[in-house]
Parts: sequence; C-alpha cells; structure tokens
Amino acid sequence: MRKVFGRPESLKDTPFHYCPGCGHSIIHRLVAESIDELQIRERTIGIPPAGCAVLAYDYFDIDMGEAPHGRAAAVATGVKRALPDRIVFTYQGDGDIAAIGTAETIHAANRGEKITVIFVNNGVYGMTGGQMAPTTIIGQNTTTTPGGRNPDRDGLPIDLSEMLAITNGSVYIERTSVDSPKNINKSKKAIKKAFRVQMEGLGFSLVEVLSPCPTNLKMSPVEANEWVNSTVKTYFPLKVIKDETGKLK
Amino acid sequence: MSEKRLLRGSHAIGEAAIRAGCRFYFGYPITPQNELTEYMASGLAALSDGVFIQAESELAAINMVLGVSMTGKRVMTSSSSPGISLKQEGISYLAGQELPAVIVNTMRGGPGLGNIAPSQGDYFQATKGGGHGDYKTIVLAPGTGQELADLTRLAFEYADRYRIPVIILADGMMGQMMEPVELPEPIDPASLPPKPFILDGAKGRQSRIIKSLLLDPPTMEEHNWKLYRKHQMIENEIPEVERYLTDNARLVVIAYGTASRIAKGAIKRVREMGLKVGLLRPKTLWPFPKKQIVEMSGMVSDFLVFEMSTGQMLEDVKLSLEGRRRIHFYGRPGGVIPTPDEIAKVINNIYFKEGLETEE
Amino acid sequence: MVSKQKKGFIKIDEELCKGCYLCQSVCPMNLISVSEKLNQKGYHPAAYNEEDMELEKHQCRGCALCAIMCPDIAIEVYCE
Repeated sequence: MRKVFGRPESLKDTPFHYCPGCGHSIIHRLVAESIDELQIRERTIGIPPAGCAVLAYDYFDIDMGEAPHGRAAAVATGVKRALPDRIVFTYQGDGDIAAIGTAETIHAANRGEKITVIFVNNGVYGMTGGQMAPTTIIGQNTTTTPGGRNPDRDGLPIDLSEMLAITNGSVYIERTSVDSPKNINKSKKAIKKAFRVQMEGLGFSLVEVLSPCPTNLKMSPVEANEWVNSTVKTYFPLKVIKDETGKLK
Repeated sequence: MSEKRLLRGSHAIGEAAIRAGCRFYFGYPITPQNELTEYMASGLAALSDGVFIQAESELAAINMVLGVSMTGKRVMTSSSSPGISLKQEGISYLAGQELPAVIVNTMRGGPGLGNIAPSQGDYFQATKGGGHGDYKTIVLAPGTGQELADLTRLAFEYADRYRIPVIILADGMMGQMMEPVELPEPIDPASLPPKPFILDGAKGRQSRIIKSLLLDPPTMEEHNWKLYRKHQMIENEIPEVERYLTDNARLVVIAYGTASRIAKGAIKRVREMGLKVGLLRPKTLWPFPKKQIVEMSGMVSDFLVFEMSTGQMLEDVKLSLEGRRRIHFYGRPGGVIPTPDEIAKVINNIYFKEGLETEE
Repeated sequence: MVSKQKKGFIKIDEELCKGCYLCQSVCPMNLISVSEKLNQKGYHPAAYNEEDMELEKHQCRGCALCAIMCPDIAIEVYCE
C-alpha cells in the first residue's frame, strides 16, 4: 500500500482556523502543493492579505511578510524588485484586491511586475463579519446590503480579472473555482501555471478562485458550493481570461 | 575619495542616499520636491543595481518601500506634506514591523492642499507619529546644505541600527538652495552587514514571518513596551543640537531648518547691538534634545521659539522646560518666509520687555 | 482479460475534521458517513465506513476525491 494523498511539505502542521467548508483551506493546500511540486519552497516569499487569511503565515512554511490591507501588490513589487530571482506571490481576498487595493493591483499588472497573485473570490468580507465585497452578487444579502445588493446603490459586481487582462503587463489570468474535486484540480493546474509564468520571467500572472464562504452565506458547506456552482459562476464564468504565455518550457 | 560639489539641496539628499548604498527609491511627483525624485530616477538608472519606480501614488510608494525593507536593502521614499499624509499607514507598519527605511519630507504650506511654499507645519505629524499606534520615528532636521547630505547618510545608519523608520524633515527652501557640499566615500551595498530578520527564501533555515499583527493583547503589550524601550535607548543615544553664540546668552532662540538660518541672521544683527542672544538648533526633533535645553536653562532666562508654523515644536520646548523659564513664541505659517530683520525686531522687543542686560 | 480493481482505504483524522461533510458529498461509492462521536472542537467528524473491513472487501479505490475536497487535509488516502 502506498500513500497517494497527504499533507504538502510547504504547509506547517498547524490545523487551519478557517470555518468548516471554507475555500481558503483548500486553496492554501493547492498553493502549497504547487510550491512543493515546482520545488521552489526555499526561494518563495508570500504576502498574505488582511482578511480571513491574514494568518496565512501560520500555515505556509515559507518566508512571509505582512502587508497593509490592499497593498500586497505594491509590497510584492518591492520584494520582487529587490530579489528578482525569488518567487513572490500575493494571496488576497476580493476586498483586498478589488476594493482598497485596486490601484496597486492594476498598476503592478500594468508594469508587468513578475509576481503571481492568488485572488480568492468569495463575494463577501468574511473576517469582519460578512459585509458587502466588490464581488458580492446582485441580490446577495450581506450585513451592509440588507435586502440584497442593489445595483442603483452599490453598483454591479466588479470584473477585476477582466480589467487586469486589458493591462499590457499581465500575461496569464484565469478564473477557476474550488466547488468540486474536478474544479479543485483545475485550480491547482492554473496556480501551478501561474507560478511557472513567474519562474520563466514572463510577467504578471493571476488566478482568481471562486470560493465558498458557508458562514456568511448562512449555508452548509455543501450548499455553499452549490451556490458557487449555480449562481456565482453566472456572474464570474470559469475561463482562461488571458493567456499570452506561448509554450511554457 | 570624498569630493566637494556645489549642490542643490534636494540633489544633496539624493546623492548622499546613493552614496549611503541606497539602491531603491519609490516616489511620486509633488512640488516642491520633484528635483529629488528626478535625481533618484537618473542616479539609479546609471547604476546596474539601481531600482527606481515612479509609483502610482505616495501610498503605493511607501508600500514598495516596505517590501524592499523586508529583504534587508536600504530604501528611500520622499514626498511633501500631503503626500506624507498618504504614507502614514505604511510608516506605522514599518514601525510595528521594526523595519528600516528613510522618508524625506520637504514641507510645504498646509493643511489640505495648502501651497507650495516652505513651511514647518508637519512637525507634529513627524514627531508625534502621524500614523496610528504607539510608535515613534527618528526625525532629523538638516540646517545646512552639508547637513542635507550628512543627515541623510546618518538616517540610513540609524534606520539599520535601530530597525526604525527615519524621517528627514526638510522644507521647500532647503530643497532649492545651492551650497557647497562635501560628499563622503560611496558605500557598496554588498559591504553592509547582513540583517538577521530578512525575508529572502527559507533556504537552509526556518521560514520567517515579518508582521505587526499580534492578536493576543498581552503579546501586543509586550511588543509595545519593547518598542518603548527601544525609543528610550534612542533618546539616550542620539539627540543632537548646534549651539550658536550661546556661551553668554541671556535669551536663546530655539529653531530648526530654514527657521534656524533666518534666526542666525537675526542673531548676528542683534549681537552687533549688544544683545546677548544665541541659538539652540535641534538637529534631532525626535528624540527631542530635552536635556540640552534644560542644561541651557541654567544660565538663560528667556527662550524664543521661532517656527514657520503656528507653534508645534513650541509644545516640546514647554514640556522640556516644565515651567522653569519664560518661553516666547514667534511663528509665520503658510509658507511665508520672514526676513532676519523681522526676527531681529521680535528678539529686540522681547529682550527689552523682559529687561535683559546688554553688553557694554 | 479483466484487470483487478485496485483496492484502497482512507484515514480520517477525527480531530482535524470540522464536520463539513464535503467528503461525503463527493465519494462516488458512498463510503463516508457522519460519526455519532463528538471531537474536541465539538464537531461530529466524518467516518469511513470500511474502517474495520478486510482490504479484499473494500469498495474504496483510493480515488482520493474525498481528500481533494477536504478543506482541512484531514484525510490520508492509501492505494495498492
């Protein structure tokens, strides 16, 4: 008998504090597996967000540096410019990247900073108790959109990944999800590819991962995944948004 | 080889930074300090290991500084008053994470958009922690072209030694003036001692975390007291002043930066008239040279605080003296630059009103 | 020629499990149920039905869909 599935090396043994069924835990594992398989653990530096994943550094067994809310792309720019041969990634939620951090994200992509961005889109501000996020769906109830997100008051959910695809410096942008094993496997492929884009010095890469937040959706984990599958994907379709990588070595 | 050059103030800062081994600069255009940003752009472009980015905002720039500092390299940003307001979040993080960095503020009129003329209205912002939380940054106040270079070099040393952000508080006038400056031997960044806390990939060692988040209140408290003890150590080690004609002075003017230069001119004039006046010029605004001021109060009965503001350093002078002596104040905010004659008149009025003795 | 189906089994770490039951929702062979026990965190952990069964009788093929789905890496998967 051989073990065919276990904990990746790049994750510490610390049990996750995330809620039952939270997508963060899965995505952390996929990032760690990618780092393991690409054998880059010893030269990777990660920048976590403010948000539920603020404690990401307690889980990833790599060098990690805290950034203020939204500023991860600018901090990562500094790290990568100082250490161009290291692999630098940010791990950010939807508020971090597409509300407060929009300018820093767009400009890092526009400059073609050779960093990798993991964008966890769960449509809500989880850590602070479930407020509206830039990617909250129309009609979705949150603590600051009683009665549901209303386009007149709140605008429509923002298509940050599509916006970033317009920038010249972005090279690879894909949207995936973790609502099923099949999609989880696709997410991992995308994350690994995004890291390889950086390893080959091609430019800015980003993977947007649709993720369930059962607690703030007030659903069970299974129901939350069904919500991602049936509703979130209609606003945020799973696809390769931009791929100018040519043939990766 | 050190060399002497006639340099614009902002260029003196830039050249000194590069010679201090700084290879990373992030900035944003804002009057009256664009000459520094532009100097760094061409200076760093000429170096194979120089990195200059004109960031999308002052906010982005300070966060790029944060990133570079995590890797242990010397890094600088600069701006003027409103832009420094934007950097406060980043400065708070640098302080909380105990990361070295140099931030240059070429002060202008304020608050709000203010104007582009020189002023000293950011003293509180610089010395009382313009960002949130229990922290301090070292604040250096150059008073001459030479000091714009010397204190820039010192800023990098202090930042590394104490793992703390250092602010160089200049103003629009100092940035523009041309003076001969003796520049020191350049430092090769590779020769700087390695830092044990940096992030550069966990090869052959445990992975590291750089953070300021300490959710457990007792742990946070411990960290706050640790920073406090660091501040106490800095307060014991580095306060610095210049004493100008203070030996037999009965009234001492306290001023820094451009105000101190104007004050010197005024003091020369009143000395000719027999008034015994001197100048105490703080070179460090934080730590504030309390001890030196208290020492001076041994022989001096009156202090005149002169600032290009409505009175900010004034409060620190009052706190230092704790009522021991009479403290007078003269301020010109808003970017107005008073003349030495004007200050001489003010000194004259106070001197005679308080019945101080003159030289025969 | 019919090739023999590879047999597998899983180990669920009851203390890591947070009772989300995503594993149960994806197991193609319906081999996961909810335990009556409570773990230290107060969850009813997921339980693998074939735990006490001989390997020969296992329906588990070690496909690892449960482990891939598990957010807490509470499942280890073994296969022939």
